Amino acid sequence: MNRRTLLASAALAMSLGGAALAQDTTKACFVYVGPIGDGGWTYQHHQGALAVQEAYGDKVEIAWQESVPEGADAERVLTQMALSGCNIIFTTSFGYMDATNAVAAKFPDIKFEHATGYKREHPNVATYDARFYEGRAVLGHIAGKMTKSNKIGYIASFPIPEVIQGINSYYLHAKKVNPDVELVVTWAYTWFDPSKEADAARAMIDQGVDVIAAHTDSTAPLGEAAKENGAVIGFGQASDMAAFKPSPRVASIIDNWAPYYVKRVGAVMDGTWEQGASWAGMPEGEVVIGEITEAVPADVKAEAEAMIAAITAGEYHPFTGPINKADGSAWLAEGEVADDGTLAGMNFYVEGITAEIPN
Amino acid sequence: MDLSAINPILLVASIMVSATPILLAALGEMVVEKSGVLNLGVEGMMITGAVVGFVVAVASGLPVLGFVAGALAAAVLSLSFGVLTQYLLSNQVATGLGLTMVGLGLSALIGKPYEGVKAPTLPKLDLGPLSDLPVVGRMLFSHDVMVYLSLLLVVAVWAFLKFTRAGLILRAVGESHDSAHALGYKVVRVRMAAIFFGGACAGLGGAYLSLVRVPQWTEGLTAGAGWIALAIVVFASWRAGRVLVGAYLFGGITVLQLNLQAAGAQVPVALLSMSPYLITILVLVLISARGVHGAPASLGRSFHASH
Repeated sequence: MNRRTLLASAALAMSLGGAALAQDTTKACFVYVGPIGDGGWTYQHHQGALAVQEAYGDKVEIAWQESVPEGADAERVLTQMALSGCNIIFTTSFGYMDATNAVAAKFPDIKFEHATGYKREHPNVATYDARFYEGRAVLGHIAGKMTKSNKIGYIASFPIPEVIQGINSYYLHAKKVNPDVELVVTWAYTWFDPSKEADAARAMIDQGVDVIAAHTDSTAPLGEAAKENGAVIGFGQASDMAAFKPSPRVASIIDNWAPYYVKRVGAVMDGTWEQGASWAGMPEGEVVIGEITEAVPADVKAEAEAMIAAITAGEYHPFTGPINKADGSAWLAEGEVADDGTLAGMNFYVEGITAEIPN
Repeated sequence: MDLSAINPILLVASIMVSATPILLAALGEMVVEKSGVLNLGVEGMMITGAVVGFVVAVASGLPVLGFVAGALAAAVLSLSFGVLTQYLLSNQVATGLGLTMVGLGLSALIGKPYEGVKAPTLPKLDLGPLSDLPVVGRMLFSHDVMVYLSLLLVVAVWAFLKFTRAGLILRAVGESHDSAHALGYKVVRVRMAAIFFGGACAGLGGAYLSLVRVPQWTEGLTAGAGWIALAIVVFASWRAGRVLVGAYLFGGITVLQLNLQAAGAQVPVALLSMSPYLITILVLVLISARGVHGAPASLGRSFHASH
């Protein structure tokens, strides 16, 4: 097919898309940063997409593209999707932020939903995120209780607010139950690169870290931890990663996008879609802690479950003062709770983390 | 910053394991390029080796069988590249890129049911008293058999190219296929053999990734390791010994920067990650400034007896 027929068929598809709309078929499209088979982040988004299909059956058509690089390529993919008759497009990684807004400007009739970003430059762009730091608090509690070397690790991806919230929350709650705990952060500068993630885990294990949390998408850090015969534990990230139960995977933080996707596609179908910035967490069921295995002592498990219940009920906020920033200045006073604006732009470590955030 | 947290013994051990996949792949590709063929499909062959090796190891419970199967699968895949470029005279660059895409797609298809499955991994080789030696025991003599095999292979390839008649013929074909043809050597046959060897090596490297390095299968597992292998061949200016240096340097920098970070050192991560590529460019500049190219003269050119 040459370029001209491609364009012609794209135009045809667009008009067909319009016709399809009249027949009450809504097309929901998803752009993924990694392969669906990553067993983590992208896998969970795809589960959300499948839930949309399940919820609406014939009335909705879903389409997706995997492993779309963040950057200029994303804009091309988004344009192609917009031309192929998508009514709503979910862009599921932080790095698609500018591409999403640029393409949204050209297609005002199509709704765009960008995950974990903050730019909504056009009325047809909404953003959505999950309060992962709520889950990180629970993992931090378990890490602080379980570490024997008092060194806990965090494999970070990119220095963006979402990741820094996670690091801070994880550290604060480990520190709360274990004042001697030391946090080691390594930046992988990737969302998905199994060998590099394994290398990062290995580097930390070699330096005496015995609890590893990851903010990257693959199961490789758990694989590396598994080589230590139970001396090192970790957590499932984004997805349950149940294959590594009961150890090294002692718990997991699961992203559950299904409720949000079903709701938003539904809103497009009945014409009530509006721009918004959703930030849901444990109370809405968007952040879930997977099974805490028997490798965790019963009392620690009970405490973790109590914390989950408190966060879910809205009684406890993981960022409740007194908390100081890493430079020693005061951030939250006694009993004060962090506001969403500060959290969404978080660019500082809390007191006790000695490393610096790379630029 | 606490650099004493970095244990140099464990660091070297970890670099050796980390560099083995790219060492194997780069070594194979070097032989292919020495015969005058540019195969850009290393990534595709590696990931095919990774997935087939994983599947066979899981099914049979024998990691060694996984390595053999991975090498064979990648080698057979590379033959399709060989047939297209050597017999049907297709463009080597385009065909190589195609091979990468085929490999990525094929591996995703084969690997789908094996996501989240654990594979039997290769045990550490027990070298008896050698492994018990202080310092070097943990550093050099406590690895799995593939690490040593990859080092042996470096020596073998070096000796083959330098001292054997067959190695001389392979190099002759790579330098001037017309002359080699005039002397009665079967250019296409030699190149097919080189391509097969290159494929097998890439497959071994891939299987090492999925069975030892990251003992599991995830789609896109190689994540660009094949391209790094290609860069190493250029870095090494087509010499076996330098391929070893290059692979350990490329693998070492990644491991080192992660270790420095874990120790709390304030290192410019981007700069460190970039450094192997900067060195590659520097090496290329040096080579061309000296006026002696390390590249085989017929690299990337198609051969047909009638031309």
